[in-house]
Formats: sequence, C-alpha cells, structure tokens
Amino acid sequence: MELKFTLNEVPRVVEISADTLLLDLLRSMKCYSVKRGCETGNCGLCTVFVDERPVLSCSTLAARVEGRSVVTLEGLREEAEEYGAYIADEGAEQCGFCNPGLMMNAIALYRENPEATDDEIKEYLAGNLCRCSGYEGQLRGIRSYLEFKKGEVRHE
Amino acid sequence: MSKLSQKEYRVVTKPIRKLDAMQLVTGQAVYTDDVTPQDCLVVKLLRSPHAHALITDIDTEKAMAVPGAVAVYTYKDVPQERFTTAGQTYPEPSAYDRLLLDRRVRFVGDPVAIIAAETKEAAEMMLARVKVSYEVLPAVLDFHTAKDNELLVHPEDNWRSLCPVGADNRRNLVAHEEDSWGDLDKTFAQCSQIVEKTVHCKANNQAMMETFRTYCEIDTYGRLHVISSTQIIFHVRRIVSNALGIPKSKIRVTKPRIGGGFGAKQSVVAEIYPAFVTWKTKRPSKLVYTREECQIAASPRHEMEVHVKVGADAQGHIRAMDMYTLSNSGAYSEHGPTTVGLSGHKSISLYANQLQAYRFNYDVVYTNLQSAGAFRGYGAPQGIFAVESAVNELADRLGISPVAIREINMTREGNVIRSYYGETATSCALDRCLQRAKEKIGWDDTCLCTKVDDHTVRAKGMAIAMQGSGISNVDVGSATVRLTEDGGYALVIGAADMGTGCDTILAQMVAEMMECEMSDVTVYSADTDFSPYDSGSYASSTTYVTGKAVERACLELQEKICALGAGMLELPEEQVMFTADAVRSEDGSKAVSLTEIATKSMCGNTEALQVTATHSSPTSPPPYMVGMVELDIDIETGEAMVVNYVAVADCGTVINENLARIQLEGGIVQGIGMALYENVTYMKDGSIAENSLMEYKIPSRMDIGKLDVEFESSFEPSGPFGAKSIGELVIDTPVPAIAHAIYEATGVWLTELPFTPEKILEAVEQGGKYKNN
Amino acid sequence: MLKFKQYYRVKSLEEAYELNQKKSNVVLGGMLWLKLQRRTVGGVIDLSDLGLDQIMETEEAFTIGAMVSLRDLEQHEGLRAYLGEALHESLRHIVGVQFRNVATVGGSIFGRFGFSDVLTLFLALDAKVKFYHAGEMPLSVYASAAPLDKELKNDILEAVILPKHVEAVAYRSVRNSETDFPVLTCCAAKVNGVYRVSVGARPMRAAYTADLTDMLKDGITPETAAAFGKWVSEQFATGSNVRASADYRKKMIAVLTKRNVMELAETEKAVHAQTAAVQTKGGQA
Repeated sequence: MELKFTLNEVPRVVEISADTLLLDLLRSMKCYSVKRGCETGNCGLCTVFVDERPVLSCSTLAARVEGRSVVTLEGLREEAEEYGAYIADEGAEQCGFCNPGLMMNAIALYRENPEATDDEIKEYLAGNLCRCSGYEGQLRGIRSYLEFKKGEVRHE
Repeated sequence: MSKLSQKEYRVVTKPIRKLDAMQLVTGQAVYTDDVTPQDCLVVKLLRSPHAHALITDIDTEKAMAVPGAVAVYTYKDVPQERFTTAGQTYPEPSAYDRLLLDRRVRFVGDPVAIIAAETKEAAEMMLARVKVSYEVLPAVLDFHTAKDNELLVHPEDNWRSLCPVGADNRRNLVAHEEDSWGDLDKTFAQCSQIVEKTVHCKANNQAMMETFRTYCEIDTYGRLHVISSTQIIFHVRRIVSNALGIPKSKIRVTKPRIGGGFGAKQSVVAEIYPAFVTWKTKRPSKLVYTREECQIAASPRHEMEVHVKVGADAQGHIRAMDMYTLSNSGAYSEHGPTTVGLSGHKSISLYANQLQAYRFNYDVVYTNLQSAGAFRGYGAPQGIFAVESAVNELADRLGISPVAIREINMTREGNVIRSYYGETATSCALDRCLQRAKEKIGWDDTCLCTKVDDHTVRAKGMAIAMQGSGISNVDVGSATVRLTEDGGYALVIGAADMGTGCDTILAQMVAEMMECEMSDVTVYSADTDFSPYDSGSYASSTTYVTGKAVERACLELQEKICALGAGMLELPEEQVMFTADAVRSEDGSKAVSLTEIATKSMCGNTEALQVTATHSSPTSPPPYMVGMVELDIDIETGEAMVVNYVAVADCGTVINENLARIQLEGGIVQGIGMALYENVTYMKDGSIAENSLMEYKIPSRMDIGKLDVEFESSFEPSGPFGAKSIGELVIDTPVPAIAHAIYEATGVWLTELPFTPEKILEAVEQGGKYKNN
Repeated sequence: MLKFKQYYRVKSLEEAYELNQKKSNVVLGGMLWLKLQRRTVGGVIDLSDLGLDQIMETEEAFTIGAMVSLRDLEQHEGLRAYLGEALHESLRHIVGVQFRNVATVGGSIFGRFGFSDVLTLFLALDAKVKFYHAGEMPLSVYASAAPLDKELKNDILEAVILPKHVEAVAYRSVRNSETDFPVLTCCAAKVNGVYRVSVGARPMRAAYTADLTDMLKDGITPETAAAFGKWVSEQFATGSNVRASADYRKKMIAVLTKRNVMELAETEKAVHAQTAAVQTKGGQA
C-alpha cells in the first residue's frame, strides 16, 4: 500500500506492507539513528516524534502515520549537537546505542517541561533504558543543558 | 600519599570527551547494522524446543520451497571438528565441545538449522517450515546433581580439553580444582568465631542495548570479511577458522562501534553462522539476534552456588577461609573453567592481612541449560557476595563494626596475597577508600538502621571488592604509533572500544607521551588485517596492558624521530632531544620541526617512523573498591529502594576522570539490578521465563536513587602512568552491601538472588525485628 | 510478530463493526500487546479517524474515547483535578512516556489484561464502558464476564464513561522494579458514599468489592482500615507466577487496601475542612 507522510519536514510517498512497523520503514529510509533494542516496547531506543509527540516506532504501524509528520534525530541535527554536547561532556554517551532514543525523548521533555526537576526528568525518561551509564551522568548532562537553556532565555 | 606525589599530567587524568562522542549523541550510522548493506542474505537460526534431544530427521524441502529461500543447513552439512566459542587466548581453557550444528541438541534454544533467505519475511517463513523430528532425552536440569550423573551432556568421543583444568566429559565436569595454603583444620580449630554461608547467584544477562550481530562478505581477494559487534577480533578470526575449517589467513575480522558488551561479546555468539552462510554461498549475509535470542541462547553470567566458611579469633582477626564453588556452565564450557577461579581468588584475597590458611575448591558442571559466558566481574561478584556476607555476619557476631573488621583484616599495600598467585599488593589504597566512604555516607553518624516513617526503615550496608588488571602472563596488548604527514600521530590498536572509551584513553596516553594535543592524535581500531595483535577488550586489560604498549611504542618512536631529526640537523643522536613539536639540539640553538621530519620521512628515507610495541604483564594488580549503601525498606511490603550509594575506588591513576566515573556508576547500577530484580528462572522444561526486557528487568532511571562516587588513587608502578583497571570491579559491591543492609533492617541474611520484595518481606517476618501491625 | 495483509482505516463505527464480525480481523488499540503475538490475522481495523481520541467533560461525567492515549489520560487537566494523584500514580509506572503515548485506554480496557493498572483504576471508580452495539454497561459487568460472549468480543469499544460520583480515590501498586508489571494493583475509592476496592494483577484480572461489612461506617481509623484491608484480602483469590506467590499477593491486598483507605480518610478530612472553611466564610458574608 502507498503511504504519504512527512519525514523530517520532507513530504515522502513510499510503498509499504500493511504490517510494516514504522521502525523498519524509517531504517529502510536510511534513518539509522532509529534503533531496535527489544521487541517488547521496553527500551525506548526507537523513539521518534509523530506529530511532535515521542512514540515507540517499534510499536507504531507505518500505515498509521499517513498524513502525519515524523521526525527522527536526523531531522534534529542542531538540537542534537547542542544538547548532546552536554551528555558528551559527562562521558555519559558510553556505547551510544541508546543515545538517539534518549536524545529524542530528552528534547521532548525540554519542549514540554523546560524546568523539569530531577524526579520529573527520571519519570519522563524512564522508558529510555541505558545499560552503560547508570543514568547519573546522563542526569548531570541533562541538568546542565536545562540550566544553560534557562540562562539563554534570561539573556534574551 | 607518598606515591601520589607524581608529576602533574597534561592530558592523562583529564575528563576529556570521547573521540567518537559527538557522532554517537547525534545518532550517526556507526554500528554494524548501520554500516553494512540492508539487501544482503538474512540469516536466522532454528532453535531446539527441547533441553536434550537427538535429531532423528530434518525435512528442509518445504522451507526451500518458500520464495526467496537460499539455504537450510543442518548438522549434516557442517564440519565435524569440535571447537569452543569462548574468546580466550589459545590454547583455550574452555573445552572444544561445540559444532556449528550438532545432531544432539543440549538446551532449549540450541541451534538446529541455519537458514538463509533473500528477505527477513522469507527467512521467517522458512523457520516455520523446517520439520524436525526429535528423540527427546532426559535432561540434566539441576546443577547440583550434574557431576557424575549417569546422564551425560557431552558423551561424544571427539570432545577435547586442551588445558589441564580438571575437565571430564564422562563426569559432566567442565573444570575441577583444589587449592590450599596453610594448615586449614588447625587454624579453624583455633578460631573462636566461625561463620558459614551458602549463596546462590543467578545467570544474569548482560543486556547490552545492541544485540549480537554480524555481517559477512567475500572481499576482493576471495577472503571472508567478518564485520561484527565484538570485543575480540583476533579470537573471532581463530574461532571462525576452527568452526568453518578454513585457514585463519582467509579471514579478516573488523568491528565498527559496539552497542555495549560487558563480556557478552567476548564469546563468539553470532559470528560463526553468517560466516558459514557467506563462505558456502559466497554471498553477503547478516545475522541480527533478537532480544529473545540474547536472553535465552547467548552468554550470561555463570549461575553459581558458593559455600564459604570464615574463621576469626575473638579480636576479629580473620585467620582461615574455606570456599567451595559449584558453577553451572550450562550446555557448553565457554568461560566455565576460568570464571570460577575468580569466585575465590578475588574474594579470599581481600583479607590477606591476617589470614593464615585457606582452601578453595570448585566444580564446574555441564547441564542442559543455556550456556554461560563472560559478564563483567567474571565470577568475582559471586564469590564476593559470599565472602562479604560472611565477614559482615562475623563482625555482627563479634560485636565489632563492619568497618573495623575490615580495618583489621583487609589487604594492605605490601601484603603478599597467597590466594592471588602469591602476588604482592604493589599498590593498594583500600584503607583510604574505606575511610573516605565511611565519611561520605556518615557511617558512624547514625545507627545502621533508622526509622523513616511508620512503615519504612533506612538501613546501611557495606562491602569491599577487588578485581584484576588483565590476565597475568596471558593477555597481550599491542599498539602501533606513527608520525603522520602533518606532524601528528596515528595510533592503531586491536583492542575494542565497546563504549568504554579505550580509543580515547589510549589516545590520551599518546598525547601525554608525545607532548601534543588530543586533536593531533587519530585512532584506528580493531581490524585483524591492520591492527597489531591484541587479545581483546576483556578481563579489565585494555588500560593496563594495552596502555603500557602505547607508552612503550611512544618512547621508541621518540627515539626514531630523534634519529631522523639528528640527521637533518647534522648532529649526533646523543646531542638532540625530543621537544613536543620539534627535535632540538641540546643547547636549543638548532631545531627541526615534526612536520619537516614527517616530510623528510617520505623522501629518501629508509627508517619507518612507526613503532609497534607489544606488552604482557607477569602480574595482574588488583584495583580495589568500597561500596556503602543506604537502603529504604518498606517493612509491610518488602519493597526496597537504594536511596544513596557511596563508592570509593582505587584504580590506580585515573586516566580519564569522566569515563572512569561513568564506569563506576554504570557498574554499580548493574550490581543493584542484579541484587534486586534481575532474575533468570528455569522452567520445568529448561526454558527461561525472563526471555525479554519486559520480563528481565534491568534498572530504569526511576529505580535509582543517588550515586555518590569518587576515587582514592594508589600508584601502580607496573601500569601506564600508574594506572590499574576499573571496568569490572565496579559491579562487585552492590549485592553484598544490599544484603547487609537488608540484614540490618530485618535480622535475616538473604542468600539467593534477586532480593525481591517478597523475599525481603519474608525476612522482615522471620527476623522479627519489626512487628507488622 | 503479528502479521496481516489488510489494514482498514475505517471511516465509521459501523464500518469497524462490520469488519470486526469477521473472526480473522482485529481492532487495533495501541498495538503494544497485539504486536507481541506470534500470529497471522486477516486484517487490522484502525479507529484512528473516528475522533475517539478525545476526553469530554460534562457536569455529570467524563467520556474518555477508546483511542485516548494513556499519556493524554494522565495529562488531562479535568481528570487530574478530579482524581488527584491517584491518576498519575496509576499510570506513571507504565514503562515510559513514549510507551504511554502509544498505548490506548480502549486497548487496556477491552483486553481486560490481568496486569492492567487502568482497569484497576476505573473498576474502583465504578466507570461504565460504552460499546457500539451493546451500548453502555458497568465496567464491573464487562470485567467480570468470563469468557466474553461472541457479541461483545466482536463489538467495538467506543468509550469509558466516568460518572462524577467519586468522592475520594487512592491508588497503589507493588512492583519488583519501578517500570515492571505490577505484582499487585489496588485502588480504593468512595463512590456515591460507598467504599469500593479493586484489586488487579492478582495475577488474574482486576476485580472489585464494596464495603459490604460496614466496617468503615463509623469512620476510618488505623484499626478499622487494617481490619478492612484484611477482610478485603479474603475476598479475592490470588495466584503465583514468576513475580510473586499467591500468599504474598494476599498480604499485599491487605496492606495496600489499608493504606489506600487511610488516604481516603485524609482526602475526606481535607474536603470537610475546605467545605467548613467555605461555609464559615459564607456565614461571615
């Protein structure tokens, strides 16, 4: 079947099967930032935005994004660089495999709640598993980024 | 502090960003499945539904009729020479007990057929259409009854053990050893307080975020090119050669970025299957493990039951230790003979200061359960759980504080550690770690258990730990360093950065040695065709062993650069010196820049400005650590939450502060998961209940309270810049520390992992320390 | 993996209903659970275009469309004000935000999953479910029907209706780890003056009981709450699985019920204080 949607702000028309998952479609369209870490919706590695909301692309039917806007980390390059630098400065990216999903959801968190407390950060990102970092370094990086953005707002 | 008065480093010790960090955080395509073609053959494995069976018939006809089917391989199609998939230095201690596919299947999940198809859909359809008939056999499912059981897991005649590890397939023995020192019976007889304890650790999974995956293709020269997510490129080359029965020279192994390993990828879990497919079909192929396959048929921690007996005199001097470990290797022997050793060598050795006798015996057995492998800690967490629980109980019974009993007994710098191959503790800041940890958590400030509210108590617990730094006299680390055209340096290594940052750490060492900036150093890692030989990234070896090779390569390269520079300056070699960006005459009057030297090296030059150095260490100096936990326990539900974990580690000189800290934090959180909820439950048929991340729960960030870590460095004279290791040590303390806190809260020592709320509530009720209203 | 050849993005409930009469078709919720099934079906029915992703609030009730995501449920201002922390508490452990953005209320309720926090919550609140054909019925009736008759099975769940009869609500669960399936879920509520307690993840599907003993009639004290908790635990069968034993679950029913009921008392006290304050103020004016 034919699917029309917007991928990283570019209108696309692709041929899919009825049961194609969004994750597989996106990787086939060279959005390699989107990763699969499990089959059960638990790891968060495949997080992308559909109409600006973070969703699990492993559990979203490709057919369901007809007419909608899908954004992957490939489409958020500048934000990823700015935000990611704070993770990198902690060494908290480690193996990096969970990073794209984490960055997507961390960006969503920032957009939704730029003043998030530690507990709110932990709860919002609870669906992003990381086996390397122990989360503390990621939390330090996210906290620093939010602080930096607060400063930026104050200066504007 | 004497040994800390070392020189100030410029690059080493600094919290430098990883060289690949920005590529990773922005989600670039750098992992195996990203950098290899999507349109290659898809490889899938058909797996046994039985714990033990003989294949009586395999019908592949219907599978081959599926459109897009390329091949179905069965035990009839593969070489009959046995091998091991354990990534260890040859001759491997693990027995040669595997075939690519065997007529006898030995656990639920053992591969029965290799399937290759044009698409994933076709491969999946084929999986459903291979018809297999089995003669189902009785299985060995209880590791307590495996030894000398009449049911044999490996009755075959061509089973081979290459090393004298006490293996015997006719007795289901993967390894057996008896080791002792001193007069054990006499020493115990003189002890006034003896604690005995048996603990049970489960087969935890590494659960790295990237599952096993391998891509294979035939290169320009007709050789097999294996691109894999592995920690051990050179061992992969040998093992694929053994499995396929083809020369090693016909195989090249490279690794892109790795999405985590933790030891899982120190076994050749996936590589041999697509390698076989590509070698047979001469077509590119790829195998990506599902998470379920990772959970049921990979390389988890060895399930162990550790019995320990610790004896002390009335003053709390620990005089005698007796340990027996029973380890479950599962259906194959991978890492079985070696992991078990650490359960004793890394636990008994914590108490060398007053010890007069010890015994350490073990059996490692075959069962019809999933095969185990290497996982961070490599047997040490199991042994340390037993010994640390026993020592905590000993302190409790003697009425002295758990800190004080360590102060009396823990290994100190200069101690000869009998249970650690007689090595001397050349660098040990365990005493300072203990002091610092105690201050940080306020150990003496409050009782070990206090009330938070009407149904919550907060309890403290502690443990100490050690690990090794590489495998003494075995691990080999190498580095090639060369002057590049623009006056910088290229470092080529065979160690595998699996996210830990060894590419960066080793580059820092080059920058320190060659007095240049990090931006002047490029790193190329892990390609069997280009890298100098390295055993691989495991056994906490990379910083310590390969780091030393880097240091030596740099020194030798300086000499070579000086020689060429001296020629250009028309001075004798003795009269020039290496100074960061140039070679200068001793009086500083004449200089030739590195760029000029590099240019000269490409014109009329006969001496390569490139050095490869190889290092191996006769010792494995232990890093040490103290972990202290504050645990909140709901005494009505048994729910436990780590609210604060203090850890102080001595890994020698910290090469990169950020990366070492993340190792500490990450390891502690894995240890917390192991302690509280990571479970592997074998069902009656030998299958595993926790076959997904939905069932096998690793910690989420909501599960973790505060982590408070720091370093108390010693200086290890044999390590690069005084460094030891950090990677594995970090998982060792949470289990015993949490068990200790649970005791302080309940009055019961829990001995079986994980400590679920139900078990903790049972402890509350049994211990009677708190009355449930 | 769930395999299918047809994807129906229906334009009306009637169309969905007709397609769903075919045994080989299934209705998609968030697909999180459906996707784990290793089976092939004929087609899937997607209700995304039917406007069922809205929460409507009137004087009498909230009408929560079957396609409302758990995240929308969690964030709905009106529901948050009405149910307080219990709403958040019942949802925050469900994996993560990106999971809850996909999972739907309808999927959770229609599936009547044993582990469902959502079912536990709405059961205590005496919510109703609205089916396209069968119309409205109490959730308790739907949840206790075992097994579902063919008509309900092939019906289309349109909405969950929450009448505004809730005076107080408290929610708790026990989990081996924070984002794991629950070992036990428990919700206590005072609805129309009656105390109701629902218990889920027993591990069987959630069921409820009302205070048939009048134990709490003379006020909630630690003693009556504990006695009531004990009584409630005797009303439900529990089972064992890898997460916990039947015995442990029994104990947890008593503990969570007790705590929830104590919390209800706190809420009631606060409401009374507020009302009293308003009345006093009114008097002064």
